[in-house]
Order: sequence, then C-alpha cells, then structure tokens
Amino acid sequence: MSLGFLLRRLLLAIPTLVGVAVIVFVLLRIVPGDPIAMLIGPGATPADIQKLRELYGLDRGLLDQFVLYVGDLIQGDFGVSISLRQDVMELVLGRLPITLELCLAAIVIAILIGGTLAVAGVYWRGRWPEAGVDGVSGFILAIPDFLWALLFILFVVIFAFSGLPISGRLSHEIRFDALTNFYLLESLVRLRFDVFGSVLLHMLLPALSLALPLSAIIARVLKSSLNEAMTQDYVLLARVKGFSRIRIVAREALRNALVPTVTLTGVQFTFLVGGTVLVEKIFSYPGIGNMAIDAVINRDLPLIQGLVLTFAVLFIAVNLLVDMSYAVLNPRMRHG
Amino acid sequence: MAELAAPLPTWRRMAANGRVLWGGGFLLFLALVALFAPLLAPHDPLEQDLMLQYVPPFWAEKAEPGFVFGADNLGRDILSRLIHGSRIALTVAIVAAFAAGLLGTVLGLLAGYLGGWVDAVISRLVDIWMAFPAVLLAIVLVAVLGTGLHSVIIAIAVIDWTRFCRVVRAETMAQKEQDYVASAVTIGLSRFRILVREVLPNVVPLLLVLLTLEMGIAVIVETILSYVGLSIASDIPTWGGMISAGRQYVHQAPWLLVLPIVCVVLTVLALNALGDGLKDTLDPVMRK
Repeated sequence: MSLGFLLRRLLLAIPTLVGVAVIVFVLLRIVPGDPIAMLIGPGATPADIQKLRELYGLDRGLLDQFVLYVGDLIQGDFGVSISLRQDVMELVLGRLPITLELCLAAIVIAILIGGTLAVAGVYWRGRWPEAGVDGVSGFILAIPDFLWALLFILFVVIFAFSGLPISGRLSHEIRFDALTNFYLLESLVRLRFDVFGSVLLHMLLPALSLALPLSAIIARVLKSSLNEAMTQDYVLLARVKGFSRIRIVAREALRNALVPTVTLTGVQFTFLVGGTVLVEKIFSYPGIGNMAIDAVINRDLPLIQGLVLTFAVLFIAVNLLVDMSYAVLNPRMRHG
Repeated sequence: MAELAAPLPTWRRMAANGRVLWGGGFLLFLALVALFAPLLAPHDPLEQDLMLQYVPPFWAEKAEPGFVFGADNLGRDILSRLIHGSRIALTVAIVAAFAAGLLGTVLGLLAGYLGGWVDAVISRLVDIWMAFPAVLLAIVLVAVLGTGLHSVIIAIAVIDWTRFCRVVRAETMAQKEQDYVASAVTIGLSRFRILVREVLPNVVPLLLVLLTLEMGIAVIVETILSYVGLSIASDIPTWGGMISAGRQYVHQAPWLLVLPIVCVVLTVLALNALGDGLKDTLDPVMRK
C-alpha cells in the first residue's frame, strides 16, 4: 500500500470530522432552555449564573463560542459532564474499552455465522440447504439488533435459563481489581480464567444481538461472490486435479471471494457500533452506548457532545481501516 | 427452442408475486385495523383496573374472558393497546418515509443531474451525515426538538434522507446518459423540465421500493424512541412504549414483551417482503 494513498484517505477524513463537529455544535446550541440553568440547582443567585456563563464562554457571540469550542476539541478538552461531574474525556475513554471489546466479539461471531451459512449454501447449491440458508438470512436481516436483544431476554426468562446472564458485565461474586477496562484482554494476560469466562458469558447475548443482522449480510454477499468464484477456471482446474468439493469451496474459492465481503463487512460494522447504543441499554452493559442514552435523558450536553464525537471518530476510523484492508487484499488497488 | 412469452403487465406480475401478496395483504389488514381501531378494540386502551393486573393471555390457565391477550401492569387490555398502537406505527411509517423520501430525492436528483459543485457539496453532506450513529442522532434530535409525533417524524426524515439521496443520485447519473435525455436537451427543453418530466418518472419504480423499505425502518425507529421514552406522550399506546414496559416486568409477565414484539416484527417483515417483491417486479435488471 502506498503512503500517498494512506495520506489521501486521512486528509479526506478531516473535512468530514469538521462537518460533524459543526453539526454537533449547532445542534446543541439550539436546545431550548439554558444549559446553565440545568447545570446548577435552584437557589443560585443571578451572579452565580453569570459567573458560570462566563466560565463556559456562553456570554460571548456565537462565532467566538465556536472558536473556543474548536480550540478545546483540538486540545482534547470536551468539558465537564453535568450529571456525573467528571471530565468528559476521562469518562468516555474509561468506558470506550468496554464497547470496543463488545464490538470485536460481535464481529467475530458475525463472521463465523455468516461464513458458515455462505459456505453451506454454496456447498449444497441447488438443494434444500441453499434455500434454507437464503430463508434464514432473509429472516435474520429483517429483524434489527435491538429486537434480537429483547427476543434473547424473553428466551432466557421464559425458559428460565439462569446460566445466561442478561445484565451487567461481570458476575457480582467475582472480585477483580482491574487495571484497565479491557477486562477480556486483561483477565487473559493475568490468567484469571474465572473472570474471563464470566465476562465472555455476559458478553454473549449482547454480542449475538449485534452480530446477527451483520452475519446475514455477510452470508448473502459471501455466498454470491463464492458462487461467482466457483465458475472460474482455477476451480475447474482444482476439480480436474480431483480435490474434494469442500476443499475447493473453502480453500480455493473463499480466498478470491473475500474482497467484496471485507469491504461490505467494514461498512456494515459502523452500523454495528451504532447499535451498541440500544443493545447496551437493554442488557445494562456499562459501555459508551448505555452512557449515551443516560446522557440524553439527563440532558448532559457536554457528555452528549463528547459521545457523539467519539462515535463519529470511530465510524470514520472504521471506514479508513476498510479502505486500507481493501488495498491490502486487492493487488490492483495497492498502487492506486 | 424456447418461445418468448409476451411480457405481462406490471400489475399482473405483482399479483403473481408471493412476497408482494403477503406483504401488501398484511399491510392492508394493518391499515384497516388502524383505521377502525376505536370500533375493533374491545376495551378502552387507557382504562386501568388494578384487579386485572397481569391477567395472562387466553392460552394460560388463569385467563380472564374478554381479555384475549391479557392485561398489563396497570390492568389495561393488551389487545386494545396493540390495536391502537398500530395507528402511531402506521402514521410514522407513512409520513416519515415520505418526508425522508422527498428530501433525499430532491437532493439526489440535483446532485446526479447537475454534477459539479452541487454534487460535491451534497455528496460531502451525505458523508458527514453517515458519520453519525443513526440511533444516537435520532435520540439527540428528539431530545432537542422535544417529544411528540412531529419530532419523531422530523427526526426520521432528517436522518434517513441520505438513503434516498445516494440511490437516486446514482440512478439519475445513469439515466442522464440515456438517449432520451440527449433528445430532450436537443429539442431545447429546460433543465428543470427534463429533470421533473423525463428523469423523475424513470426513477419512480426505484423510489417505490426504497419507500417501502424506509417505512420498515421508520417503524423500528419509532419503536426505539418509544422504548427510551422519547416518542409520543405516555397516555397514547405505542408498540415501543409497550415493549419498554414489558422489559421492566418481564419476570412477572413475559407476554407483555412478547405481543408488541410480534406486532413490530410482523410489520417489518411484511414491509421488507413487499419491498423485495416490488424490486423483483419493477426493476428491469432484477426481473428475468
């Protein structure tokens, strides 16, 4: 991959980020009601309010406010959360690892399910399992992640599946003095397999809810590009050589069918990240998605602003990674 | 040698398409239910009766006659609430999808046909929009606008116009290269007239498909907003509001969660089936 290509992609992300920052700024300035009035309780004197307005720069003109805001953003200063009275940047960075681990688990599940469905559909092409794969992926795709989350909760409650937790991140009985919020990674490094198991178990249903719609998309795209690859000459050659059908599908065709799938998985991955907002709320999972809904309900403007920007940066970063992986996978793009 | 059959008229192809039939049929049923909700609902959806708290649905042992799907945590009849909830779901689906469609189509037509800086500005706007998490943006927008039916509809339109814009832009660019546009330019028709009278009708089949799919998305977004308590006032029954309450009382009464979810899922499946069926019958490329 050429350095020029990478730099161009990075440069293109800048206007998008600036646009996002502008929209967040405008959106939160048209909120009815004085944010300062929400910040302090009743009983504050007009002098107190005036002091706070000056502190937040709200007494200046809109353009001055914008310059102040952009300057703070560049320094990584997102302000102080109104409801939690802590630095927004610290709060967001503290919870971000939780959501990142959940998203990674979800994407692994999505690839496993989607890949299996696609290979099965191609292997039994033209027979009933193929129709089954199409039907299942169509059904999975039609139901959004948050409804899957609720359906899983129902399933656990109705069948009294006490082994599967439906809220939280770690069992209360386990004591774990974590150094970071990457519990999954940290417990593995510190050989705390009890913690690892518990975190994984708590993660299972939220990750599966997030993964299912994406797995159906992967199944569809991978299946159609596998089918296309199966008509190529090298597949015929492999057949002439007498390789087994499963080997041809899994070893020869799969490698060539990956490029469109990776691109689409990356684009859809941003939807998965966005889905954490509700899925985390439903499973009381303590990531940034859950935090976002609470921030909106509490009208915590600095926190909302920090979280929306964090999500936007995540989205842009994922798209950048996709472009880069596309360049690595497709030799023709490498010098593009 | 295989004989070529004469192409069937569009409506005949639609009538023969299973997905159009079941999707359209279910939506017609839903529309009738919503229209005649006050006549169909056996009880007042808001009437509370604490003696009837958590009455189970008809298949359970302690079911109460007259309360087919049981009663909720305040003793309100579930069936009546579901019937009335269909009104909000359908209103939001239709109005929001059309609003998003209108905004996206206008911008998409302009970007695709005019090209140049207009296209550059609109395309960049779409990129910026896509960098927001849709669900979070919807929640923030409704928090800013204040809750209520209008806010929900505005939020959906403001967020989802990009879906229409991208597809319509691409289709317009493809149509622009066709001979009929070149002839229209040659005989001196104005750009506005070419866009509205020549290009737009050729984009309509695609728009119909997108609108149907968008209606499904709108139903889901309304459910999400109701779920987090940001949709319509709490004294109007909505499926999302019922799901939210159902999640709270899931251990006492799981059916409170099951029934509204079934309604949402069926509606979304029907809209998707209709959209896919329309795509098969209207899209000349997909149609074999």
